Amino acid sequence: MPDQLIFAMEVILNGLLNGVMYSLVALGFVLIFKASGIFNYAQGVMALFAAMTLVGIQQGRVPFGHLINAIFGTDIHYFGWEVPALAAILMTVLIMIAFAYLVQRFVFKHLVGQEPIILFMATIGLAYFLEGVSDLMWGSEIRNLDVGLPQGINDWIDVTTFEALGYGFFIDNLDIAAAIIAAILVMSLIAYSQYTKNGRAMRAVADDHQAALSVGISLNYVWILVWSLAGMVALVAGVMWGSKSGVQFSLSLIALKALPVLMLGGFTSIPGAIVGGLIIGVGEALFEFAIGPMIGGATENWFAYVLALVFLVFRPQGLFGEKIIERV
Amino acid sequence: MKKLTILALTSAMVAGTPAMADLVFPSLSYRTGPYAAGGIPFADGYADYMTLLNQRDGGIGGVETRVVECETAYNTERGVECYESTRGEGALVYQPLSTGITYQLIPRTTVDGIPLHTMGYGRTSAANGNIFSHTFNYPANYWDAASVIINQLLEENDGSLEGQTIALLYHNSAYGREPIRTLQTLAEQEGFTLTEIAVDHPGQEQGNQWLQIRRERPDYVVMWGWGVMNQVAVQEAINTRYPMENFIGNWWSGSDHDVEQAGADAAGYRSLNMNRLGDMPVFAEIQEHVIDAGLAAGDGSNLGNVLYTRGMYAAFLAAEAAALAQEMSGESEITPAHMRDAMEALVIDAETMEAAGMPGIGPEFAVSCEDHGGTGMAIMQQWDGEQWVTLTDFIAPDDSVTQPLVLEDSAQYAEENGIEPQCAES
Repeated sequence: MPDQLIFAMEVILNGLLNGVMYSLVALGFVLIFKASGIFNYAQGVMALFAAMTLVGIQQGRVPFGHLINAIFGTDIHYFGWEVPALAAILMTVLIMIAFAYLVQRFVFKHLVGQEPIILFMATIGLAYFLEGVSDLMWGSEIRNLDVGLPQGINDWIDVTTFEALGYGFFIDNLDIAAAIIAAILVMSLIAYSQYTKNGRAMRAVADDHQAALSVGISLNYVWILVWSLAGMVALVAGVMWGSKSGVQFSLSLIALKALPVLMLGGFTSIPGAIVGGLIIGVGEALFEFAIGPMIGGATENWFAYVLALVFLVFRPQGLFGEKIIERV
Repeated sequence: MKKLTILALTSAMVAGTPAMADLVFPSLSYRTGPYAAGGIPFADGYADYMTLLNQRDGGIGGVETRVVECETAYNTERGVECYESTRGEGALVYQPLSTGITYQLIPRTTVDGIPLHTMGYGRTSAANGNIFSHTFNYPANYWDAASVIINQLLEENDGSLEGQTIALLYHNSAYGREPIRTLQTLAEQEGFTLTEIAVDHPGQEQGNQWLQIRRERPDYVVMWGWGVMNQVAVQEAINTRYPMENFIGNWWSGSDHDVEQAGADAAGYRSLNMNRLGDMPVFAEIQEHVIDAGLAAGDGSNLGNVLYTRGMYAAFLAAEAAALAQEMSGESEITPAHMRDAMEALVIDAETMEAAGMPGIGPEFAVSCEDHGGTGMAIMQQWDGEQWVTLTDFIAPDDSVTQPLVLEDSAQYAEENGIEPQCAES
C-alpha cells in the first residue's frame, strides 16, 4: 500500500478521535439549546470552571484562598488533605448542580419569554462572570490533572498495524478513553431522556414550552436539570482536554471548536453533535495533512468553519437539526 | 452650586499636584487569559524585586520605585490601551512581555521619548540602536536564540549538521515566526533541512502536527511556543515517543509549568534560558523583606522558578539603568530621556550582578548607541523529571549570521519609516 494512503488512514483515525473530543464540548451546547432555546456561550468556561473545581478539591485547596488572605491577612492555601479522584468528581458534580440552580434562580428565571438574543447576551455575561469567579476561587495558575486516565501511544494498535501495513499507527490511549466515555455519555443521555420521568419532561419542554407547562411540568425545574446535565458534560470535556495540557484558562477556548460542530450537526440533535464532531475532526485533519503543508499549515481552526459553512449553505438547519418552517 | 464649585476646585488642585517623587516602572502584565501561567511569575518577579529595593535600600538613589501594573491579557489592543493609560504617570521604561504589543509600541514610544525594553522577545532587529533609538532588547533576542540552539547542536554533532533534519514547531504568530528567517539562513549555511510546522493560537490542539513529526522523524524538534502550546507539545512528544533530549525549546518554552504536568515522563526535554538557574542570595532577601513582610505581588510560591527569576532579572536591569541615569544626570528624580541615555550606556559585569545578590545570573554585556541587543548568549537547561538543571555555560550566537539579518531588517524599517541613523556621528 502506498505510504501516503497509509498515512492518510492514520490521519483519518486520529481525526475521528479528535472529533469525539469536539463532540464532548458540543453536547453541552445541544442539551441547553434543545431544552431552552438558549445558545450557551458560557459552555467553554463551564468546562474550565468544572475542571478547576475538580483539581482544587482533589488537591485540598482553599477556595477563594487569595481573596481570604488578602482581606484577613492570613496565609491559608490548603486544607491539608487530598481527596480521591472519584470523591472529587462527585463533589464537583454537586457544585455544578448548585451552579445550575443559581444560574436559573438569579439569571434565567427573570428572562423567561425574552428574545433569544437577550438570552444569548446573558450567557456572554455569565461566561465572563464565571471566568472571574473561577480565577478568584482557584487562581490562574496551571493545575496538574490526574484522574487516572491512560495516556500515550496504544502499543497494541501500533504493533498490529505495523505487522499488517509496515507502519505502526499512532493512536493516543486518552483519545480512545474519550471515545468510550463519550459513547457511554451519549447512551446515558439518550436513555435518560427516553426512559425516565425527568427525561420525558425535558423532551416535552424541548418540543413545546407552553404545552409542557399546561400539563404541569415545571419549566424552572427542567431548566435546572438541563443546566446540571450540561455542567456534567462540561466536567467530562474539561477532564479530557485538561489531561493533555493541565487545567488552565485556555480550556475555556475549546468552546470555539464546538461551534463548527454545531453548525454542521445542528443545535438540537445529540447524534448531530457526535456526527458533526466526527466530520469536522476528519475534515480538518485530512485538509491539514493534504493541503496544510502547501499553504503554511495551522489550518485546523479556520478550515473547520469553512467546512461548516459549506454544509450550512446546503442545509441551514444542520445535518440533524429540525427544519424550521414558518408560514406567513 | 457652592458644593460643586468646591468639589471642582479640589479636583483641580489634586490634578494639579505634581506627581509624587518616585520612579515609575509600568508592568504590562497578564494575570488572566490563556497565557496567564507565564505572565504571573514574570510579573511577580518584576514587582517583588522593585519592592525589595524599596524595603531594603529605600528605593534607587533614595527615591522609591513604583510598579504600575496594567492587565493586558496578552492582547495587543489591550496592551496599547495600557500604554496609553500609564505613560502619563511618569513611566521610565516599558516591558510589555509580548511581541505583538512590542510591535505596536515601538513607534509610539519613540515618538513619546520613552524607552522600551523587550528582553528576549519583540522585534529582533531592534538590536540595531542606530535605527531603533528607544527600543532595547538586551541581553538577547530571538535570532540569537536560534543561532545558539544551532551552535549547541553543531557542538554535539562534531561541528556538522549536514544531512540532518530539524523541525521548527512554532506558535503561528509574530512571535513564533521570528526565528524562521535565521533558521532558513542557518539551514542553507550548515546543510540541514528545515521543516516549519505551525501551531495555531492557543496551541491546545497539536495532534496533526505531531503526527507529521512522527511520520517524518526529524533529528531535532525546535520549539518556539508560549502558553498552553508548550505543555501540549511536551505531552504530545511523550505520547509519540519522540526522543525528549532531541526536543529543544527556546527560552519561552522552558518554564516550570511547561513540564510539571508531564513530570518524569518529560525528562530529557531541553530549552534555552537567558538567565542562570539555582539558588541566589537575592531570593533569601526577597523572602525576608518582601514575602515574609506580606508585600509580595503573588503568594510567594513562584520565588526562584524560571519565569519569576526572569522577571526579577528584568527588574534588576531596569533598576541598574535607573541608578546609572541618576548618576549620569546628577538628578535623583530622572526622566524617561535620562533613562534612555542610561540604558544605552549600561554595563552589566560580574561585580554588578554579585552586588545585587544574583551572581552570574546573566552574561556580562555592555550596551552602546549602535548595539541595543547585548551579547545574545544563553544557557541550555534540561528537565530531569523533577527540576530544571543547567547543562551548559552561556553559549554565544553566531554574529556573522545574525548581524547581517539585523542590519538588513532594520535598514528596511528605517526606509519605510523615514528614520535617520541616530549614531551616524559617533
